[in-house]
Amino acid sequence: MRTITASFLFSASLLLMPTAFASTLDTVKDRGSVKCGVTNGLTGFSNPDKQGNWEGMDVDVCRAIAAAVLGDASKVTYVPTSSKTRFTALQTGEIDILSRVTTWTLSRDSKLGLNFAGVNLYDGQGFMVRKDLGIKSAKELNGASICMNTGTSTETNIADFFSANNLNYKTVLFEKSSEVASAYDLGRCDVYTSDKSGLAAQRLKMQKPDDHIILEETISKEPLGPAVRHGDDEWFDVVKWSLMALIEAEELAITQSNIDTFKNTKNPRIARFLGTSGENGKNLKLAPEWSANIIKAVGNYGEIYARNVGEKSQLKIPRGLNKLWSDGGILYAIPLH
Amino acid sequence: MKSLLSILNNTRIRSIGYQVITLSLVVLFFAFIINNASSNLVEQGIASGFDFLNSTTGFDIASSLIHYDSSSTYLRLFNAALLNTLLVSFISIIFATIIGFSVGIIRLSNHPIASRIAAAYVETLRNIPLLLQVFFWYFAVLQPLPSPRASIDFFNLVFLNNRGLHLPSPELSGHVGLFFSVVIISALLLLYWYKQSKKYRISKGRNRNKSWWYWRVIPLLAVSLAIYNAANIGVNWSLPELTGFNFEGGGVITPEFFALFIALSTYTGAYIAENVRSGIQSIDKGQVEAARAIGLSPFNIMRFIIIPNAMRVIIPPLTNQYLTLTKNSSLAAAIAYPDIVLVFAGTALNQTGQAVEILLMVMLVYLFISLVIALLMNIYNKHFLLIER
Amino acid sequence: MTTPFNNNSRYKKSRYQQWYEALFGSKINSVLTIASLYFLYVTIPPMLNWAIFEANWLGSNASDCNSSGACWVYISVWWQQLLFGQYPSEELWRLVLCSGLFIILLTALILHKRLRAPLPKRLLLISTLLYPFIAFALMYGGFFGLAIVETRFWGGLFLTLVIAVVGITTSFPLGLLLALGRQSTLKIVRLFCIGFIELWRGVPLITVLFMASVMFPLFMPQGVNVDSLLRVLVGVSLFAAAYMAEIIRGGLQAIPKGQYEAAKATGLSYWQAMFMIILPQAITLVIPGIVSAFISLIKETTLVYIIGMFDFLGIVQFTASNSEWIRYTKEGYIFVGLVFWVICYSLSRYSRTLEQKPSNQH
Repeated sequence: MRTITASFLFSASLLLMPTAFASTLDTVKDRGSVKCGVTNGLTGFSNPDKQGNWEGMDVDVCRAIAAAVLGDASKVTYVPTSSKTRFTALQTGEIDILSRVTTWTLSRDSKLGLNFAGVNLYDGQGFMVRKDLGIKSAKELNGASICMNTGTSTETNIADFFSANNLNYKTVLFEKSSEVASAYDLGRCDVYTSDKSGLAAQRLKMQKPDDHIILEETISKEPLGPAVRHGDDEWFDVVKWSLMALIEAEELAITQSNIDTFKNTKNPRIARFLGTSGENGKNLKLAPEWSANIIKAVGNYGEIYARNVGEKSQLKIPRGLNKLWSDGGILYAIPLH
Repeated sequence: MKSLLSILNNTRIRSIGYQVITLSLVVLFFAFIINNASSNLVEQGIASGFDFLNSTTGFDIASSLIHYDSSSTYLRLFNAALLNTLLVSFISIIFATIIGFSVGIIRLSNHPIASRIAAAYVETLRNIPLLLQVFFWYFAVLQPLPSPRASIDFFNLVFLNNRGLHLPSPELSGHVGLFFSVVIISALLLLYWYKQSKKYRISKGRNRNKSWWYWRVIPLLAVSLAIYNAANIGVNWSLPELTGFNFEGGGVITPEFFALFIALSTYTGAYIAENVRSGIQSIDKGQVEAARAIGLSPFNIMRFIIIPNAMRVIIPPLTNQYLTLTKNSSLAAAIAYPDIVLVFAGTALNQTGQAVEILLMVMLVYLFISLVIALLMNIYNKHFLLIER
Repeated sequence: MTTPFNNNSRYKKSRYQQWYEALFGSKINSVLTIASLYFLYVTIPPMLNWAIFEANWLGSNASDCNSSGACWVYISVWWQQLLFGQYPSEELWRLVLCSGLFIILLTALILHKRLRAPLPKRLLLISTLLYPFIAFALMYGGFFGLAIVETRFWGGLFLTLVIAVVGITTSFPLGLLLALGRQSTLKIVRLFCIGFIELWRGVPLITVLFMASVMFPLFMPQGVNVDSLLRVLVGVSLFAAAYMAEIIRGGLQAIPKGQYEAAKATGLSYWQAMFMIILPQAITLVIPGIVSAFISLIKETTLVYIIGMFDFLGIVQFTASNSEWIRYTKEGYIFVGLVFWVICYSLSRYSRTLEQKPSNQH
């Protein structure tokens, strides 16, 4: 009996030995693909077409990282997550990066074991209503029924906004955005609230998109960005600087189509960006042409924006805050050197 | 060697050995997962513990039986959501029982069309996933209903639209608690007296005199009236009224509640109908023939012979159906009814990120409800078995 | 009031008389007749109209649905997703082969006693035991040069059946052990089994699935990742095992005590007695119970949709996020409901015939 117990204890102690996390960067290089947590389908951000190819703003962030790390933007494994499972998936290593219209907040950054690597879209919460209600401002929404997703920052924003303005409201909460959309479309609610970009995407799915308008007001700041696991600084840096590279390229007016024309540039900033001088790649443990690969694969920030949510997409969301600082927005690339 | 073998073959020692192995496996398993979970939580800086229950939630829920708003705590949210679960389960259980008994009896009737409709009902509902039925009812209920401004109204008191059924609701003022306790005590007293007079009738073979009743009921009435006056109860009907977008005032039955309630009670009703049918079929035919021979009417045969006899067979599976229904009410998560799974295991979990604590709480609640229902039905079942002579 | 016992057959009546009496024999019967005829009148014709006479049968996109009836074009457009999810088209033959083998095996298992020359038992046993491995190799790939198809591409009816079949098969041995443990004389073993069974039976499946998707990962050592479908399968199996244990226990209790005592008297050990005498009888008794457990499991599998998997029902919801088809999810629901109904109803008929067949094995 004793031997049995002893062997149990021994095997148990083997099981219980803490296994250290291998660095995500090395894991990704070994595996040859980036595991990217996305939505189940949101037009403009991460949406699979019928063949299962993913496209959208958040998808392009993952593609950019794959291009930087592996030199091939197609080496991404997309893992659809729900608003409930997204953080767990990241915490437990099921995904390497969460790029899923996730708002950067203090409590998420501190309590959930993750780090936000930056912002890929400055968004804000807004309201969609039926045109025939004749509403111009959110302040007229007293007593309205409001449909929204559960498990997002929208719920707390709404509560704050309505109590600050002394208005009454009733919530109808759903787990999935497709259900929010159908319930709103069927008239269960007067108002659909979400991030404005998301509203623009959902409006297209209404039976009659033209019957609905998105109100001017923005009631919250929703900086959406990719998140990585807490405590893996190497990988955190890779994601952070890949985002910066997208903005830097726009500042330098480098695009997917003209990048090859800069080959013999004298501009030191561009040379550093292309990897012909400086040690940016080495410092990040990446290839010297990492940032050039990103632009070749997905284009600069402006191109990504235009293609997925901006003027070249169905959503046609104006760039607003997401313009470069030099154009009156707040996008600002930290110097890449 | 020989002694070792004999020890191994000794049944007592062997049984102890098995138990030690089981116990150590269980302990090791729990040690393993708890160790992993705690090291995961610590290393990744995920919050843990039950402190979050005392912090404010910052969001609202659609409906609640107790006072709840965005400045309430998570503990209060838990209570409100739990009450919503219990409410929809309780009402659905009542209706499922009614549906189940009527359909079960109609299915066994000799009416050729009605019994077939009943059979079709049972076979259709039992063989389609409940989640699909919940979706169906939700969107089927929602689709044809008009917007609040075009509500269907009944006598300007009751309004039906796609926000729900709006009803007038009474608002009581005065010493309400006192009044209700008097009502409950009187009801219990009346029940007690009724039982006593029944006992008397069985033992003596005649009814109590009328005066026996007068001496009890009249003083009770007098006392209750006096208390009612003293309590100064006023009833103020709150009427639903269209203000802006929606109806304010009165009570409302939301489409979410209604869809979940219809789906749960029709689905479970189909199962109960089958239990009722097999319960009735298990009755000895001789009993019914005997009842007919002494001239009982068909209704009285049902009331005094079939139902009481069948109940003994029906109650154990009926308990199971009640348990299943309560657990199935968790499908609320699919259609926005604010039950414990949607609100607590959903919103609260997402806001706090404390999956382990929250899911444990929710699972324990269901476990507790299951045990309580099982206990109650066991008591009831014993009662039925006791009167067997 | 109609009572379930109709014994007015002391003298013969004409057929017409019988019908008349059944329909209008008493006040209540007449009311029932009128009510049910009215009910049929209100429901059946519009339903037939919508589903058949005014339905759109042909076309390739939503704009082909222009009449007021059902849009069955939906099914012809989405059938591949409904059946197999996002499984790559060029690899679909693997699933077809898999289900073909399954049907052959099942037919052989059901029919082999009725064949004039029954199949050799050993062959049947070996192929049954081998099947799960072959099926896995075909579905997932990675063997014999087959490309790997990761589980997140699995979907539709295929995923539903995988979860239900794996759930019921793995729950059987687990449930058997639990049932034996619950009847055991060893106190700790018994308590553990009772606790385990009651815990899983007391909670709804949806909480188990939540647990599998957000709690299980935290219970694993760091860096260890378990496939999300596998996590769900583990959760479903444990859940089903608790119910299976109670079904098997019912069978064990139905075996007369004499059998246990006789087995003991002939000097068989506990396990010998169980496997040679008690279990063969008990399991024959509980097969109908197992079939109905399987039916419930198939239906409950739809809940994986709530945790974001695209099972049969989930695919319909997925098509709802496509603005072109959002108006035709009703057709999807009806199709899915119909398929579920056919599967579950035929299984329940099958279990009923098993129940009626007298067990003549011993």
